Amino acid sequence: MAKVAIRFLLNGSEKAEFVESGTTLLDVLREKLADFSPKGGCLQGTCGACSVLVDGEIRLACLTLAETCEGCTIETAGGLAKDGVLHPLQIAFADGFATQCGFCTGGMIVASKALLDRNPAPSREDVIEAISGNVCRCTGYEPIIGAVLAAARANSTNKA
Amino acid sequence: MELRKTYFADERRDDLKEIGQSRPRSDAFGHVTARTAFFADRTFPGTLHLKMVRSPHHHARIRAIDTSEAERHPGVVRVLTAKDVPHNLYTVLSLIQVGPEDEHVLAEEKVRWKGEAVVAVLAETPRAAFEGVAKVRIDYEPLPAVLDMEAALAPGAPLVNERHGGNYYHYDSGSSRKVRLGDVEDGFRQADHILEQTYASAPIEHAPTETTGCIVVPEGNERFTCYTNTQAMFFTLDNASIILQMPGHKLHMVGGTVGGGFGGKVDVIVEPIAILGSKLTGRPVSFIYGREEEMQISSPRAAERIVLKDGVTRDGRIVARQVHCYVDAGAYSRHSPYGTQKGAAHFPGPYTIPNVSIDSFCVYTNRTPSSAMRGFGVTIGDFALEVQMDKLARLIGMDPIEFRLINAYRDGDLKAHRQPTEGAALIECMQEASRVTNWPIADRFFELSSRTRRD
Repeated sequence: MAKVAIRFLLNGSEKAEFVESGTTLLDVLREKLADFSPKGGCLQGTCGACSVLVDGEIRLACLTLAETCEGCTIETAGGLAKDGVLHPLQIAFADGFATQCGFCTGGMIVASKALLDRNPAPSREDVIEAISGNVCRCTGYEPIIGAVLAAARANSTNKA
Repeated sequence: MELRKTYFADERRDDLKEIGQSRPRSDAFGHVTARTAFFADRTFPGTLHLKMVRSPHHHARIRAIDTSEAERHPGVVRVLTAKDVPHNLYTVLSLIQVGPEDEHVLAEEKVRWKGEAVVAVLAETPRAAFEGVAKVRIDYEPLPAVLDMEAALAPGAPLVNERHGGNYYHYDSGSSRKVRLGDVEDGFRQADHILEQTYASAPIEHAPTETTGCIVVPEGNERFTCYTNTQAMFFTLDNASIILQMPGHKLHMVGGTVGGGFGGKVDVIVEPIAILGSKLTGRPVSFIYGREEEMQISSPRAAERIVLKDGVTRDGRIVARQVHCYVDAGAYSRHSPYGTQKGAAHFPGPYTIPNVSIDSFCVYTNRTPSSAMRGFGVTIGDFALEVQMDKLARLIGMDPIEFRLINAYRDGDLKAHRQPTEGAALIECMQEASRVTNWPIADRFFELSSRTRRD
């Protein structure tokens, strides 16, 4: 099968790979670039565990063809902490007991970051809508919603 | 959070300081940075992908299997059938004397549920493995199936699993796990009211976000490392060792964080066949359920049907409780004989009843094998028992909490299975629940104690 060259920025560093046409972004991230932070929970776009940001927009890596990401900026949960400093969402999730098994957590935090990036002061309903594509089967939705709202409050306090 | 220190004050140690304190989870940092390693978060060059050919029938005889076209398919490396499995028969709990072995790793002669594994295809890519699966030809002779427990127990029902000789598990107590205390018929004669009700539940799937799977890596010297998300590491090691007829020291099982289990990852289904595939090809092998397999193939919580017959007096004492519990194991035992037995011990619930008769049946049907899930064997029983308690209270016009307080077990009471009650706190829990919810119960019920012997 034909291979195509792709280049993109992954969590701030340049990546270039030859991939078979039709390869998903999830497979490229996990199998070629060893970024295991997006998870494959369903491989059919229903669980949200593979959520990543492509040019700031939330995307399901399992349904995104890698070749459509040429020249894009990609952010994953694994790249959110900078120089060992946690993102306010990461602090809020840890402090608020918003993790259980941890499998959905990366995708949840990415979906929440997409929300806070465009809406720094979301309502509870905004948060529910933002994570509505992410399944937590340990059913810790309430602490997750609380953590996102806490992170938004922490952000606004820091800026004030 | 408020700690009520008045309860069991003489037994309380006051140097315990953790309750009421918030402590960070030990795994929170790994989770929020998405660095926690799950079994699939690793890659090995040359890994083969295993996909399963599954039965499209609930019950059928296998006339012939033709794998020749699949074996020739580009990318397919190896195709496995029953004859490749050294000891192709197992029961997860055989090591704790729950037998007989009743399930094939890959089906032989017959399939007994829709989804049963028949042929394993190992290929260079998932796509080639799926294509290989589509090219396996199996000639089936469909057989009559039983999909309902009553039908399975009816005279003349098709036999689901020949290894049990009947459509129920044989306990040493016979066709059911039996518990007897007092004389239940005498108890019914003493009762002012008798209430018989049937409660039923459907199978429930755990649906973990991370699907069941493992990755096996050959380490040379006939030794294998198996990265798995099993919840039952030692069942997995022991059963893989028996199925593969390999000593345990050849099998290095590596567990870790499980992406949601809820009891759904204790059945030892993926590891033995993946290790065999790795042994026969000399390559790493990945066998990970797709979402559809997780939902349709992995064992659910068993469907149950529970018939409760209670005799109660006008003043609120339950004097007799008869239980007939039917647990749908599906086509194979897995953990269901154990769950059914656990249920038998758990009935009559946390109540002291002088006359009890319990029969719990583990029933075989041509449905997906059921197994462990969060309190399996007792959870559905508790639903039935507590709904029944509310109905009994209504029947005699009594407050449901007062009714439960009258019947609650106390220290020293003999349970139906002959164990004396120790450390009971049900009365105190209900007293406190009544207090904090302002549920009106008569003052005399606040005088009761789990430590005071019943009159």
